[in-house]
Amino acid sequence: MSHADPRDELVEHLPAMRAFAISLTRNGSVADDMVQDTLVKAWTNIDKFQAGTNMRAWLFTILRNTYYSARRKSKREVSDVDGVLTEKIAEKPAHDGHMQMTDFRKALAQLKDEQREALLLVGASGFSYEEAAQMCGVAVGTIKSRTNRARARLAELMGHGENESLEMTDDATMSVISASKTSSF
Amino acid sequence: MQSGGKNNRESVIDENLKRVFDEALEEGVPDRFKDLLDQLKKQDEEQDKRS
Repeated sequence: MSHADPRDELVEHLPAMRAFAISLTRNGSVADDMVQDTLVKAWTNIDKFQAGTNMRAWLFTILRNTYYSARRKSKREVSDVDGVLTEKIAEKPAHDGHMQMTDFRKALAQLKDEQREALLLVGASGFSYEEAAQMCGVAVGTIKSRTNRARARLAELMGHGENESLEMTDDATMSVISASKTSSF
Repeated sequence: MQSGGKNNRESVIDENLKRVFDEALEEGVPDRFKDLLDQLKKQDEEQDKRS
């Protein structure tokens, strides 16, 4: 038994690893298999972990690499699912909280994996653009453009596109706008 | 006006993102992972004894 074995920390990161895997794959059993593979890889390659660096970032990196190499192998295409989802989302924009979350999940599922990943790392897991770039093995600018595009696409899918300014405007603002219009005439 | 709308939109998106992530977090972790870690640890200890 060695002192301060970094492997003892693995258990602390399990919930976050699983949350990232589930959010990335949108599939509980695929996510759990990924987490399991990642744990074994992390355990056996712990000598590659640099003490003092961010272990969660290291684990997320293994996790995402596991996902992308599995995706390459199976050559699964997500695109056929997309069409069905697009129709459903276009059907009716809902405004109450619960429906909004359901729509959000559907919209999130439609993003390209790389865009969803960037958004999850930066927007939900609290990594910096720099950390996310390092984890994904791309330039910082790539992560920024991926998150920007992901946000724009989500907004579009959620129906906050062109009519956004009207939908976002509350009654008070509306009355000010109409008042100022009236006074200008 | 437009930038205000954009910021609002972004914060709504980020809130939803965090909620998706937090819901997955709150699901808890199946025992199989802790069992796996215990198993890996045992394997290593046995190897250490042999070597």
